[in-house]
This record gives sequence, C-alpha cells and structure tokens, in this order.
Amino acid sequence: MRKLALAFLVCFLFAGGAFSADDVIKIGFYNCLTGQNAFGGQLELEGVQLAHKQFPEILGKKIEVVVIDNKSDKVEAANAVTRLIESDKVNVIIGTYASGLAIAGGEVAEVARVPMLGTSCTNPLVTQGKKYIFRTCFIDPLQGAGAAAYAYRDLGYKKAAILTDVVSDYAVGLAKFFKDNFAKLGGEIVSEMRYQSGDTDFTAQLTEIMSKKPDVVFLPAYFAEGAIILKQARELGAEFRFMGGDAMDNPEMVTLGGDAIEGFIYTGFAYAPDMPNMNDVAKKFTEDWYKEYKKDPNGNAALGYDSYILVLDAIRRAGSAEPEKIRDALEATKDVLTVTGTTTFDADHNPQKDIGILEIKGGKKVFVGTVVP
Amino acid sequence: MALNMFLQHLINAVGLGSLYGLIAIGYTMVYGILRLINFAHGDIFMLGAYFVFFATIRYKLPWALGVIIAVAGAILSGLLVDLIAYKPLRNAPRISALISAIGVSFFIENASMVAFTAKPQAVIQPKQLVEAFSVGGVRFVPLNIIVPVISFILVGMLLWMIYRTKQGLAMRSISHDIETTRLMGVSVNRIIALTFAIGSGLAAVAGIMWALRYPKVEPLMGFTPGFKAFIAAVFGGIGSIPGAMLGGLALGFIEIMSVAFFPTLSGYKDAFAFVLLVIILLVKPTGLMGEKLEDKI
Repeated sequence: MRKLALAFLVCFLFAGGAFSADDVIKIGFYNCLTGQNAFGGQLELEGVQLAHKQFPEILGKKIEVVVIDNKSDKVEAANAVTRLIESDKVNVIIGTYASGLAIAGGEVAEVARVPMLGTSCTNPLVTQGKKYIFRTCFIDPLQGAGAAAYAYRDLGYKKAAILTDVVSDYAVGLAKFFKDNFAKLGGEIVSEMRYQSGDTDFTAQLTEIMSKKPDVVFLPAYFAEGAIILKQARELGAEFRFMGGDAMDNPEMVTLGGDAIEGFIYTGFAYAPDMPNMNDVAKKFTEDWYKEYKKDPNGNAALGYDSYILVLDAIRRAGSAEPEKIRDALEATKDVLTVTGTTTFDADHNPQKDIGILEIKGGKKVFVGTVVP
Repeated sequence: MALNMFLQHLINAVGLGSLYGLIAIGYTMVYGILRLINFAHGDIFMLGAYFVFFATIRYKLPWALGVIIAVAGAILSGLLVDLIAYKPLRNAPRISALISAIGVSFFIENASMVAFTAKPQAVIQPKQLVEAFSVGGVRFVPLNIIVPVISFILVGMLLWMIYRTKQGLAMRSISHDIETTRLMGVSVNRIIALTFAIGSGLAAVAGIMWALRYPKVEPLMGFTPGFKAFIAAVFGGIGSIPGAMLGGLALGFIEIMSVAFFPTLSGYKDAFAFVLLVIILLVKPTGLMGEKLEDKI
C-alpha cells in the first residue's frame, strides 16, 4: 500500500511539473530522425535548432522545442502528433519531411485544432481543405511544372519517360504534374513505369524504358532508391538523362550512386550555400550554419530554419501562444523574408516560391539557377 | 519483344532469382529439420551484409578476408540465435518457437538501427565486378554472372553434403523423426546447430552479393528479401533444397517478366507474382518439389 501511495505521489509530482510550465511556449517538432528519410529530417531538425538558439524567447516567454522521431513511418507520424498534442501539450507543431507522413500527422493536428507548419512536404493534399495545416515549401504542381519546363524549354528534350514509386504520395503526385505539364508544352511521354518502395531491383523497368529511347527520365524518388536506380541504369548501359525532385537533395546520393549520378538534374528549394544573389536572411543563415555545424546546409536545413522563423513571426503578431490565435496569425503571414525566399501564404496555405535547379557536376551539387514554370 | 531485350530480362531475372533462392535455402533447411520458420533469417542476411561492409569499406580489409569475416560473423550470429531463442524451446509447442523467432527478428532489426544507425550506407563495389560489357546487344555486368554461378555451386555443395556425408544423413534423419535419431546415438543439438550454421553462412553469402548488386546496406534491408525468399521456399516446397532454389528462380522470373510483358501494369509486379504463387499452391499445396507433410504451421 505504501508503495502505491509513493507511486501516486511521484505521478503527481511529474504531472505538476508538466502543468506548471505556463511561462514556456512549446513548439512540437516531429520529423524523420531515423528510417529511410532520416537525412532530410535530421537537417531540418538542425535548422530548427539553429533558429531556436538564435531566437530562444518570444513575448517574454521561453520557447521549448519538443522533438519526436516519426521513424519515416506513416503510423508513427500520426502517433507522434498525438503525443505532442496530448501529452506534451504543444502550442504549435513543425514537421515533417515527406508528404505521406505530413498527411498522416496533419489529420491528427487538424482534428485537435492545433496549427501545424509542414517543412518539406510538397504534395498539395497536405494542406488541401485543411484549416490548421500550413507549409513552408512550394508544392508539387509548381515543382513538376518547373521540371517539365526546364527539360522541354531549356534542355530541349522532347521525349520523356517516368519511373514512379507507387507507394509514395509524393512520387505519384509529382510524376503526374510533370507528365501533364510536359505534354502540355508539346513533349511526348514514351513510357511510364512503376515500382514500390523497398524494391531493390529495377532492371526490368529500366530495360523496358531503354527500349523506348527517351531523352530524359523523370524520377521523383527519394535519394536512397534514386541513387540505386541511376546506378543500375548505367550498368545496363542507359544513356538518357535523369531528372528528379527535391527529395533527391542529399549528399549521400553521390556516395551511394558514385559516377552514375554525374549529370543528374533535380528541382529543389531555392537555397544552396553556393547560390548567387542571396537575400540577407539567407546570407546570415549560411554564415551561422557553418559556425554551428561543420557540414554543408541544404534546402531542408533552410526550410527547418524558415519554419521556426514563420512560427515565431505568427506568435509575435498573435500576441498569444494560444493555438487558435497562432493559426489565425499564420494564415495572415505576408512578405516574411525567409532563407528560401519571401513567404506569403495563399488561400490554400501554400507559399509561392521560386524553384531551384540543381545539377551534379564532378561529384558535387551545383546551383544552376531558378526556373519559373 | 526483340530477342536481345528478352535475353536482357532473362539475365536480370536469373540474377535476382538466384539471390532469392540462396536466402530461401536457409529457411527451408531449418524448416525441414525443426518445422520452425526462422524469421530471423532475413536479419542474419542483413548482418552478413553489414559485416562485409564494415570489414572492407570501413576498415579497408581485402575483400577475400572481408567475405570470410562476414560469413564467420553470420554463422556465429545464427548459432547464438539458436542457442538463446530456439534451443530452450525445443520441446515447447511449435507456436512458442515461432513467436520467439519473430521476437528475435525484431530485436536484431532494432538493435542494428541503434548500433549501425538507420541511414543507408553506400557499398563501394570493386571495379572489376561492375565493368559492363555487351554481347549481341545484351549488357552483362560480371556480377550478374558471378551471383548465379556462386549460388549454383553452393547449392551443389550443399546437396552433396546432405546426401553423401554422415552429417547430412543425420540431418535427413532428424527431419523424419527427431526422437528416434537421438536413440541412434546422434547428437541432435549439434546437428541442428550445424544446420543453423550452414543456413546462416549461406544467408551471409547472399547478403554480401546483395550488397554488391544493390550497393547499399541498411538495417531493414533483410525484411523484403527475407519475406520474398520465405515465399520462394514455400513455393518450391518447404523442406526441399532444390525446391528453394527453383522457387527463388521462379519468383525472380515472374517479377521481372511481368514487368517486361505488361509494362503498363508494372506497379502490380508483386501482386502478379503472388497471385500466381497462390494459384500454383492451390493446385499443388506442397509446392513444386515438396513432400507431403502431416502437420503444418
């Protein structure tokens, strides 16, 4: 009996600790810290942490960032958001990399009426019809159109093939937007092949694509699979070019793919540490990043940083940390200068941003420029 | 379809299928003897790939040495799994051992995520293994030929061992009647350990070749191949070693050819493969080369 009483006492102490934190504003952060997308999620976390270090307070209150791993898994993502809202009682949520995960997490946040700001989830469905969900990155229709325009107009490719992961919401969406826009511009889609995440052998699909002789193959994959696909294509003797989306932006891609990655082009967030004409926020971010971490930042790092800045901006304008008020303020976000360009949310809670074009040259990522679809 | 395209698909299929087959043998051997589905087998395969990765890429040992270390490491892991998770349950109901197998599998996967990190690591292939050459419009990568050849040699050696040596005789005998075999003076536990050792060694070889063919290692890399190899083993007739190889080849063949012949339906690749397997098992429930068994899990 005494033990039971003691247990109760301990429970009360802990619970008391959780409730008395009135002078703290809690930002929940869920992302892929392990699993197949861990690299992007980790960089976004580091971006948020850098911003948190620079701006640790708002409205005279301390900010606490509660970090939860969603293990690159849809079910875990929903659980992570539930935990952030119910047990950590966060005021607002930032996350996540990967559209499928953001959709799963967003459903929970929407029902609980806690605002969520997506970092690099680019599928339109993430925010569509949602009152409480926003995002810092551009959306896939824009990205797909940008990729198609660059392939058709700038590179002069007329025949394209598409290789899509059918399990990934991101890949299916982006492939469709590329296809529609490429066809609209006058290009021809000669082959559409599919695979599933977890596959490691793509020789059948690649052999089939090769028989159709496209100029370019659009591959909206995540980097780990994308690199293996490029490698297998080169082994089979494929000579066409590959293009991809923001999910390929990862230095590991070059390590995994080696020479096969050379000449690979992808669309990405309009930030790279070597980009010309940086705005002031981006300049400062790049400097501070190198001081804090001994590695290169990328678009994900920038989006993590930007998301924190946008949340802070909303809390400042709301003058309160109440989730409902933060939501209203987020909706009114206008002309906030962020690392990845100026952010203004449209009616669907998406920002209009430039699309960066990146290319792998000599084993290094090079910022080629931006494209307007 | 042009002939050279078909041949290309065929080569791709044999390369993939022989790897499935090699993993499937481990499942089939353990099942044949203990009537236990060793779910940790796919994870031993993963460990084998990681061992060779650490030995050759991290610590820059020569490949031959790396392969020996990986096979030895995997054999040791397989024996440990048997010792800790299966041996104490030898006389328990079969379902307990099955649950224990699932538990071990989860344990190895999650422990590896912590130990090796979940990030996929690049495997740098030796140049001479991947330098492609063409014969009559068909592309060959040396690895594509080496993988099936090694697989077939290993299966041949294994069959010889099972049908021509005393240990092999003991294995076959255990699979018929474990109690009587014990009465005949055979050290049953030692033979079972030998089975695990061989199965794990083969899994490691498959893991090494997989890591070379699809050049990355990650903690969950054993899941899908392990799962497919298990299906290949059932398809070939679980308990039969040539059956496992045949099942693996058949699965690889169906997967590749369904994409080759129905390119617009390539997203349904696995669905095709498994529907076909269900149909074959409905017609022939014991698999292609399986014997009739009274009890099944």
